[in-house]
Amino acid sequence: MLLAEPALAILPIQQWQATSGARVYFVENHDLPMLDVSVEFPAGSGYDQRAKSGVASMTQRLLTSGAEGMSEDDVSRQLADIGAQLGGRLDADRAGLSVRTLSSEAERRRAIDIVARSLRAPSFPAEVLNREKVRLVGSLKEADTKPETIVSRTFYRLAYRDHPYALRSSGEVESVEGITREDLLAFYRSHYAARYAVVALIGDVTRAQAEEIAEELTRGLPEASGKEPELPPVDPLAQAATRTVPHPAAQAHILIGSPGVARADPDYIALYVGNFVLGGGGFVSRITEEVRQKRGLAYSASSYFYPLLRKGPFVISMQTRSDQAGEALKVARATLAAFMKNGPTAEELEGAKRNIVDGFPLRIDSNRKIHEHLALIGFYRLPLDYLEDFVQRVERVSAAEIRDAFRRHVDPSRMVTVVVAGDTPKQVDAR
Amino acid sequence: MSMLKRLLFALLVLALPASQGIAAGDTAERKLENGMRVIVKTDQRAPVVVVMVLYQVGSVDEVNGATGLAHVLEHMMFKGTASTPAGEYSRAIAGAGGRDNAFTSNDYTGYFAVLQKSRLELALRLEADRMANLTLSPEEFAKEIKVVMEERRLRTDDRPRALVYEQLMATALTAHPYRKPVIGWMNDIENLRVEDTRDFYRKWYAPNNATLVVVGDVEPDDVVALAQKYFGPIPARALPERKPQEEPAQLGLKRVSVKAPAELPYVLMAFRGPALRDPERDWEPYALDMLAAVLDGSEAARLNRTLVREEKIANSADASYDSVARGPGFFYLSATPTPGRSAADVEQALRREMAKIIEKGVSQEELDRVKAQAVAAQVFERDSMFFQARQIASLESAGISHRTLDLQLKKLREVTPEQVQEVARKYFRDDVLTIATLDPQPLEGARRARPSLPVRHAQ
Repeated sequence: MLLAEPALAILPIQQWQATSGARVYFVENHDLPMLDVSVEFPAGSGYDQRAKSGVASMTQRLLTSGAEGMSEDDVSRQLADIGAQLGGRLDADRAGLSVRTLSSEAERRRAIDIVARSLRAPSFPAEVLNREKVRLVGSLKEADTKPETIVSRTFYRLAYRDHPYALRSSGEVESVEGITREDLLAFYRSHYAARYAVVALIGDVTRAQAEEIAEELTRGLPEASGKEPELPPVDPLAQAATRTVPHPAAQAHILIGSPGVARADPDYIALYVGNFVLGGGGFVSRITEEVRQKRGLAYSASSYFYPLLRKGPFVISMQTRSDQAGEALKVARATLAAFMKNGPTAEELEGAKRNIVDGFPLRIDSNRKIHEHLALIGFYRLPLDYLEDFVQRVERVSAAEIRDAFRRHVDPSRMVTVVVAGDTPKQVDAR
Repeated sequence: MSMLKRLLFALLVLALPASQGIAAGDTAERKLENGMRVIVKTDQRAPVVVVMVLYQVGSVDEVNGATGLAHVLEHMMFKGTASTPAGEYSRAIAGAGGRDNAFTSNDYTGYFAVLQKSRLELALRLEADRMANLTLSPEEFAKEIKVVMEERRLRTDDRPRALVYEQLMATALTAHPYRKPVIGWMNDIENLRVEDTRDFYRKWYAPNNATLVVVGDVEPDDVVALAQKYFGPIPARALPERKPQEEPAQLGLKRVSVKAPAELPYVLMAFRGPALRDPERDWEPYALDMLAAVLDGSEAARLNRTLVREEKIANSADASYDSVARGPGFFYLSATPTPGRSAADVEQALRREMAKIIEKGVSQEELDRVKAQAVAAQVFERDSMFFQARQIASLESAGISHRTLDLQLKKLREVTPEQVQEVARKYFRDDVLTIATLDPQPLEGARRARPSLPVRHAQ
């Protein structure tokens, strides 16, 4: 086979714009008689107002609770009747629906029709909203007893302060109780607009069928007037902040971090490779080596960057028996400091590159994974050859670039540290 | 060839239409002379291979006082052999672009690596090495046993619902070893010694107690040849005798309650039922599978529709049936009440749903819906090589041939509403029921008893 378009070689992504203005990303793949489709919008929890925190999530949650005469039971029953699996996303940036269906015509048409109507004319029934508010408040109260929830909420609040990334995506008990049907309608109208929509498809359909599906899924969506919604920039932390929260759990839950990097930042590749060495590479990372392998302090200890439209977090995360929290913190901080100072060794860097580059086929070995990439490339407006380019850039990155990128994005003297623990909370301030 | 060229070459497979020779679903099965089984499933959708080595040994094979041993040995399998230092296994797999991990269950212990297909040999060489030459050093053991204790704290001690499940099993069964948690009781973990792992390893980690499962873009003959090369020289050993440890008949309803920090109560009910033994002749397990899906197979299924959506009694309600196991099978029902409702309320609601099925059965329409979902799911499952490997592993480890997967789907589709009603009548009885309830405690002052510390053998 010849590669007519080398830039599109790794993943033959086809891209076009639907009549509605939506951007469409498609990979044709007839290996299995199935289709994955998603439609996503800039409608994540980052667009929530603090006092109405949870509106974005509730809007997404209720999209499939009925539309155009269908009740929520009709939606779920009809999808189940054809064996289709409904999915959805709600994170800080993105929200939308997805469906996995058999590609045979009857099943496919039915699935697309239900999703299209749910996106186009959600009825947001008041009785479903009331019920879901009660359920969610119960779940939030339950979650708020868990050390992993408490540590995460406290961390985001301190790391992001006034920025909407500080908000819990599902909202808080008080804000959820105040959500009205009008809030959902207003949020839907301003965020689920056709021209913001990103349609991602992979599977057993032709280009012509994919075009038809994208048209149907984005026809009749709200018209957007004015400018696409924007998220405010994230200010760097002015100073370090440390919090301890008492909890009866056997283990202390620890998060250390700060705002990190935006998806579009050219430093992201260097940070990604560097973090593989620091704490992202599982058993071969320094944090796991120091905290777990050498000292037996934790079952899980890792670090990650979570790139978003604006600066997403850099986080070091671990859990250890409460009375060891001070020691674990000391080890994690020392590991970070050493990495900041010298960056990865030549051997570590080569190991990281081999894993990321040689392991590349593992990232696209299923429709599910390719679909994730399509949606990502579409939403963040990455080039179609992003994946190929990613591999090449990983191969080229140097230890000095990694060290410099870390210094630009991570400042150990201005980090948030949160420890949720039962024992000896005073120890955790130890540096 | 540069790495990128190799990738391009390999990845073109993704763009090929099915008519150009994409094969999925072919499996080959061989036995090496030393008794090791090799199962290969060819899937050419991507240049990737999943390598899994399963040992037919799990927590059921532990004795009193040494619970958690199978799992601790699983951890120690990453701690080096005579020729591969501690940590080197993971470094080698990661350096080849792969990922690896392992899991322990009641019945079996599995090790896996996912890599580019060109690195298959590396994975097989390393697996064969640790099947025969594990070091099990006291120094590594002393550190790793602490990691396992942290794992137990993380996954069980601090998770109220995990504690509920642990207590449920310990209550539901009296004699059968499924009553013990796979991770082990904390005091047992504290008192394990490196000698215990050595003994367990010698007894059970033999080629005649192992199955190699490979799924990916590989030729079965190539895999068998490599398996022969690396595992072939490892001699078979006599395996310990296994006692049946059959569970005596239950004499009435059992209940247990668990106090833990939480907001909402939670009810978990387990009915003792049959496990799948003969995929051709059995019919009850299929009917129970259908019953679980009628109750909880989709958002439209009975429990969600009735308890969550209509009556708003439950925040969530679930049903599942665990039929693939060497030991007893269980049918589980669980629910979390909405705020203001009690555990008793949701238990009553679950019992009422069961009574409805016992009295009125299920509709053909409900069964048709479940069948449509099962048919579609069988297609969707083929999207993941890893899932396919896990599926083969869990079936084979329960003594069910993976070759019966199509037969199982056929048998599922043959289930009638009458059969579903019949198994509901037979198995939804208090005499085979155990109920565990979470009794939520406020966070303040809820300091739970801790295991004694420090660990005596830590140095």
